[in-house]
Amino acid sequence: MLNYIWMGMLVIGFIVGGINGKLGEVTQAAFNSSKSAVELSIGLLGILCLWTGLMGVAEKSGLISKISKIVSPLISFLFPEVSSKSPAVGAIVMNLTANFLGLGNAATPLGLKAMDELQKINRKKDTASDSMVMFLVLNTTAIQLIPATIIALRAASGSGNPAEIIIPIWITSISATIVGVIAVKVLGYAKRG
Amino acid sequence: MGILALLRGLIIIFNNFSDYTVPLIFVVILTAGIMKRVKVYDVFVDSAKEGINTIVKIIPSLVGLMVAIGVFRASGALDLIICVTKPITSIFGIPSEALPLAFLRPISGSASLALVSDLMKNYGADSFIGRVVSTMMGSTETIFYTLTVYYGSVGIKNIRHTLVAALLAEATSVLVSVWVCAFFFGR
Repeated sequence: MLNYIWMGMLVIGFIVGGINGKLGEVTQAAFNSSKSAVELSIGLLGILCLWTGLMGVAEKSGLISKISKIVSPLISFLFPEVSSKSPAVGAIVMNLTANFLGLGNAATPLGLKAMDELQKINRKKDTASDSMVMFLVLNTTAIQLIPATIIALRAASGSGNPAEIIIPIWITSISATIVGVIAVKVLGYAKRG
Repeated sequence: MGILALLRGLIIIFNNFSDYTVPLIFVVILTAGIMKRVKVYDVFVDSAKEGINTIVKIIPSLVGLMVAIGVFRASGALDLIICVTKPITSIFGIPSEALPLAFLRPISGSASLALVSDLMKNYGADSFIGRVVSTMMGSTETIFYTLTVYYGSVGIKNIRHTLVAALLAEATSVLVSVWVCAFFFGR
């Protein structure tokens, strides 16, 4: 899909630029943007290293398993089909915790493991189970303790207080998660009739 | 009057709390590390290398996408979209400059990052638009990527209500980010 969007933006840009007689500016923008993409990446580098470093310490300190213990009671409400003894529970909890800490590299393998375990207890192998739908939606609304990338981006863009956005982001993603969970439960119930 | 004063008080507490969040997280994590006898500095340096890999990997896509956005904006095409969508977005109080992000966010993470950077450069990171797009960017994931990777890995073809529920959650985050930013920082 991105192939079409990318090409579309460029082609439409050149056509509209031609109509508006702005092809000079458009060309200039193309060169300037490629330069600022690299400058942006360099600007992001420091803060992102800082957070991945700190979160590495969190991982080694056993903070993932501590947080996992706190959230596990929620799991039986969100995933009623999954028995609490199933190995899926551990993978789901660890994946959500890794997402919460912003450990993207750790979260994806754990998520794939969770999907694998959920597939084992899935009755129709080509159709998503209720648990899978819930797991995916929780992953797309993932609440992050420190939204590091966006803080880095704000710092690189000259914000006076890049971290002021943390609490608004928490409130927003918690709201999105609640709506997502309700939608999964209600739509799942409606489809089963 | 009472409720208004209470809200003001909450905002002040929250804004001060923002200053404490980052130091607090540092102290908690480092203390937990020392108590577990983790060599905190060594682990920090080792893990920080991952940050470099992440950035190096996104440079090529960031160049491609920021050029596309730059061309699209300089040509006047973006202004055209903003102008057309203004009557719809103003019903919900969404700044129409932020609307393209609402459509791009579920599709591509790096494209949204490029767009957010472009918007902050043009309107300022601490403007209302800058704060709204920061909140939108930070509160949802790339839906289509997540679905493809996870369902693809176990061969699921019928995803049932996953996409509808995920998009409902995303729409919520768009609306709430506008309200929350207006509440915390004013328009």
